This record gives sequence, C-alpha cells and structure tokens, in this order.
Amino acid sequence: MEELIEKLKKEVIEQLNLEDIKPEDINPDSPLFGEGLGLDSIDALELIVLLEKNYGIKIEDPKDGKKIFFSIRSMAEYITANKK
Amino acid sequence: MGYRTQITMKQTYIYEDNIISSLGFTTLENIESIRANAIGIRITDDPLLYPRPVPLSKVDPAALETRFNAICEQHKRSVAPDSFTRLEKLLITSIREVIHRDDLNPYHPKTLLILSTTKGNIDLLEERYKAKFNHKRLYLWELARIVQTFFGFVNTPVIISNACISGVLALITASRYIQSGTYDDVVVAGGDIVSEFVIAGFQSFQALSPDPCKPFDQNRSGLSLGEAAGAIHLSSRKPVGNSRMVTLAGGATTNDANHISGPSRTGQELSLAMDRALQQAGIDASALNYIAAHGTATAYNDEMEAKAIALSKAEQVPVSSQKGYWGHTLGAAGIIESAVAVASMRNNQLYRSAGFETPGVTIPLNILTEHRDAEVDQVLKSASGFGGCNAAVVFKKI
Amino acid sequence: MRQFITAYTLIDGFKCMVNGRLLFYQENILTFADFIKALYKQEQVNYPKFYKMDALGKLGFIASELLLRNKDIKSYPPELTGVVLSNSSSSLDTDIAHNETIRNREHYFPSPSVFVYTLPNIVIGEICIRNGIKGENAFLVSESFNSELIAGYVTDLFSRELVKGCLCGWIEVLGNRCEAFLAWVENQADVAETKPGPFNPVPFDAEHLKLLKNQNDR
Repeated sequence: MEELIEKLKKEVIEQLNLEDIKPEDINPDSPLFGEGLGLDSIDALELIVLLEKNYGIKIEDPKDGKKIFFSIRSMAEYITANKK
Repeated sequence: MGYRTQITMKQTYIYEDNIISSLGFTTLENIESIRANAIGIRITDDPLLYPRPVPLSKVDPAALETRFNAICEQHKRSVAPDSFTRLEKLLITSIREVIHRDDLNPYHPKTLLILSTTKGNIDLLEERYKAKFNHKRLYLWELARIVQTFFGFVNTPVIISNACISGVLALITASRYIQSGTYDDVVVAGGDIVSEFVIAGFQSFQALSPDPCKPFDQNRSGLSLGEAAGAIHLSSRKPVGNSRMVTLAGGATTNDANHISGPSRTGQELSLAMDRALQQAGIDASALNYIAAHGTATAYNDEMEAKAIALSKAEQVPVSSQKGYWGHTLGAAGIIESAVAVASMRNNQLYRSAGFETPGVTIPLNILTEHRDAEVDQVLKSASGFGGCNAAVVFKKI
Repeated sequence: MRQFITAYTLIDGFKCMVNGRLLFYQENILTFADFIKALYKQEQVNYPKFYKMDALGKLGFIASELLLRNKDIKSYPPELTGVVLSNSSSSLDTDIAHNETIRNREHYFPSPSVFVYTLPNIVIGEICIRNGIKGENAFLVSESFNSELIAGYVTDLFSRELVKGCLCGWIEVLGNRCEAFLAWVENQADVAETKPGPFNPVPFDAEHLKLLKNQNDR
C-alpha cells in the first residue's frame, strides 16, 4: 500500500502538472481538493483518465469520483480493491 | 454608465439567411422540420468518429454532395468538387444560398465575409485525409481564403474563433462594421463538422449526454454534438418592401474571469452582456418577446443562464434552446440559432424548446413547451463558452 | 477621444522586451518549454496554474503579466476593460497534442486538460481570470499580424465606450516557434492622469502597432 501511495503521488504530480510540488509535500491523508493543492474540476476529470490509463480502472459515474479522489490514500485503496 | 448617442450610426438590416443542418438545407426546410417536431440528433455508430455509439446530429452526406456538385457545375471556372473538404462544402453551399437569393456582389470593396468557426478543417489531422489535402488547410485563414476565392470576395475575410460564442460575436462584429460605415454588406458564415477530435474531447470532459440532449430539463445529462453551417447577410441598405424589417440592434461580449471551462456561478457576466445589448437596442428586458438561449444542456451552463436571465429581469420572457433539435453546432450555433430567431420574427411564431419536459434549473423560466403564434418583434440571442466568454445580441423589427 | 499605447511586450524567438527594453535573452535556450519556464522563473511570477496551461496560454499569460506589471488596471471598472487577441495558427499546437491522445485506438486516452486548450480564446480567459477583466473579448485569426484589423476593432470598442482600457495584440506558438506582441491601450485623458512611466505613450493606430511589433526586423 505504501509503495502504491508513493507511486501515485508521482503520477498525480505528473498528470496534473503540479510542477512546484514534490511528492514529500503531499500528505496521503489530506484532501486533494479544496485548499492545499489547488485542484479544480478539470483536475478531477484528469484523475479519472489517470486511473483508466495507468490502472485500467474505468469510473462510469463521475459522481463516484468525490469519494475515490478524496485523498491519495483513498485512491490507493480504490485501486487495490478494483485492479484487474 | 452611459453609451454615446450614436446619431450617425447606420441601421443593420438582416437580409437573406441560410441554415444547413440535419434538419434541412435551407432556413425554410429547417423551420418546417422544427414545426413538425423533427429531432436531428440520432444515436450514431461510426467507429471512425467514436469507438462507441454516440448521439450526433449530422448533415446528410449524400444530399450535401448533390447540392455541392450542382454548385460547382454552375461555377464560372472549372472546379473539382472533391478538391474541397467537408467543412468547405458546407460553408460554400450555405453562403451560395444567401448570395444567390440576394444577388449580392462579393466583388464590391464595401462587402466583407466574416467566418466563424471553432475548429475549421480539424478532420485533416486524421491519417485518412493526410495524403488528400495540404496541411495548410488546417489554418483557419486558408479555409477562409478558399471560401473567399470560390465567390471572389475582394476583401480578406475576418475570422472569428472564440469558442461557442464565435457565431454571435461574428454577427456583432458585422453590425459594428456596418454601423461605423466600414462596410455596407457583410456575409457572416459559420460552421463546424462533427469530428473524432471534438467528440473525444467532450467525452473526456464527461459532457456528452448518452441520449439526445434535453436543455433546461431536470433530467438533462449533458450536451449533444451537431454539425451545421449557416450564413446571414447583413446590410446598411434598407430592404425594399412594406413589411417591417428585422435589424440587429445591439450586441456585446463579456468574460466571467472565473474559470476556463466552468461557467460563472452567478451569471452576472452573461447578464451584463444581455443588458448592454438591450441598452444599445433601446429596449427593456420586459419588452422582449423571445430569448434564444445557449442551452447546451450541461448542468452548469443551463443553471448559469437561468441566473443571468433572472438578473436581467427577463425570467417572464418566453425562452428556448434550439439545441434539442440539432445539438451543439459550435461555430455555427450562434448563426443558425439567430436565423431561427429571425424566422420567428418574420413568421410571428415561437417554437418549442425540444427535449424540455420538467423544469430543471433553480430559477423558474418561461420555457416554450409548444409551438405557438405570437407577435415577435424583439428577440435576444445569447451564447457562452469555454474561456469564460459570453455574448448577447438583440434583433428588433423596425 | 484618442487612445494611446501606454505599455507593450514583445517576445520574438526566445527574446523578451518590455516597453522597448530587453528583459530576457539566453543564447543557449533551444526549446519553447525551456524558454517560457526560464522567463517565468526569472520574473518570479508566482502562479501555480501557469504549469497547467498549454504553450499559447503560458506565452499569453507571461506576456500579459509583464505588460501590466506597472499598470494600475484596477483603476478601471472590470467590465470596462477588454482583451482582443489574434494569431495565425489558432490552437493548432495543442490540437496536435490532443490528436496524439486519440490516434491509437489501443491507447486512446483523451485528456480534458489538453482538450480545453484546443480553442485559441482560452488564453484570453486565463488573462481575464488573472486580472479580473470582464469586458469585451475577441479572438481573431489572420495569416500574419494585421495591425489594421486589430486597431480597427479596438478603436471601435473605445468609440462605443465599451472599454476604457484594452489589452490587444498577437500571440502565436507552434512547436518551438513563438511570437507575442501585446499592447495596453488607454484613453488619452486617463493617460494624462497616470504618472509618466519608463515608456512614452504613442498614439494607438495601425501604424504604431506595426512599428512597435516589427522594430526588431529593421
């Protein structure tokens, strides 16, 4: 799990072009949206693409995204549970 | 704030117009289809466009070929129909209709062509077209040049590519040129095709509805894409005849300054564009007989528009989105939807907002649920798009 | 009332000038990405969203930052400021990037953050968001910079009193070729009230636009 978390941090930084942010700046339990990383609605859609592209996981209902993308840890948990 | 009284400004009369969409090849054919409640959006299974079936509104390819071939045959020079791209064919066929009926002289130094498109010949990025068409055709000025040359317009066309407000902005720009006396006649033409490029993009935005779009409806679930072309001839010359003439009486654009894809949360900026257009036209919102809304059927757009309409104190005015008939036609939208609004004025008829059943925005609007006869003298057309842009234009009978 | 250009930015190749003074040039820079990042770093513009923009967005954003740095544009109501831009290739640079994501059906992952930039006027949106500009906006496409087109369009906005300040010009990127020319235009009366800056205002017309943009060509 911790390995996946570290990998995800790097992937999120790359996919969302968070150039000035380093993996160690991201607390895996902190909310990804709202304050903090300054992510917006396009980033949320971009995370859906990340899951599909890197993990083959398709999110059919964007509304599910809220829970899945709450934090890096929630993402990692979802990937572990759903990876084919 | 005050606007300078523009005593010397000329009127902008609306002459002939044309709509090419899934519902027909002339404005009349389109209006007849709308009257008959025809919906042009169909679930389309075309692997060249999208891996899965998707609702689209497409112009009948065979009928377009027939019409375009006939135009080429009548052309003074010898032109090969298959040397033109799909969008070029659509635009030329649409402009031809308008020029032909009005007997407009494209060679006149005070005649201008304005082109409105968001993506131009974007399909030429696809492998299947690479050998056939020069890469240069991807440039909007080359597309415009081809259309210009076909008809022989002497002036270099003005090209407007401002997302989904392109068509309305092109009409506003035309009227400004006419009012200031820069040009006497302007043909505003706009179009976009449905392409793999655009479908994939909107799909990645999760913005496409699985069913034909339902603007302003509670069960709306996104937009449908459509392809269309339209042309409107605007002129400073008063048309002959006794009936009252439709004019373009005001128009403005604004920016949300909020987000590049999400619309304003308040609708204030669209409302400002509407207020300015009304002020220039010298009428109150309460005097409007119809609002042709943008109405893409995405959750946020329709809500923002409802707020803007209420802020401009126009929530009692009959309103519709025409996108339930032919989807979002991007660079053509502002032009063909204005052409329907003008037809409403000429026919004194309002047409229902297709796809709408149950109110789905937080502010009650007077959405047209059926076609009906009505005195239609003053109309507002609005548009909003990515990049936070908004535009509104007012048509008035004088 | 006449209008004046009271500031301008010129980026040509990988060289950047503001109000006629050289601000940035490094001989060893070979790519647009390196150039724009180096300029962003040198000028210490702190705006994390910059990294999310496409090339056209980055170029327009930086050019407008440098243009408006010493301008008190907030003295004008937001709804009376405008942006009118033009270029040759529309958003072709990003169109190609988006097309790459859908060319291969086995690897078909269109990206919303790329697709949103496949419209040339998104850079106008970025500039409006940053500066709170809410008035008239338009993106025009022409084969090469058409000073008559821009001067005509913007002068008309002033004559209708739809704007009191307007950012206008040319913003073009394709691969590693980039060119930006942005001018800030104000009414003569408002210019007189502002303190004299490092650049002496010049009348706003097609001729001066052309002169300022093409000064390096001479």
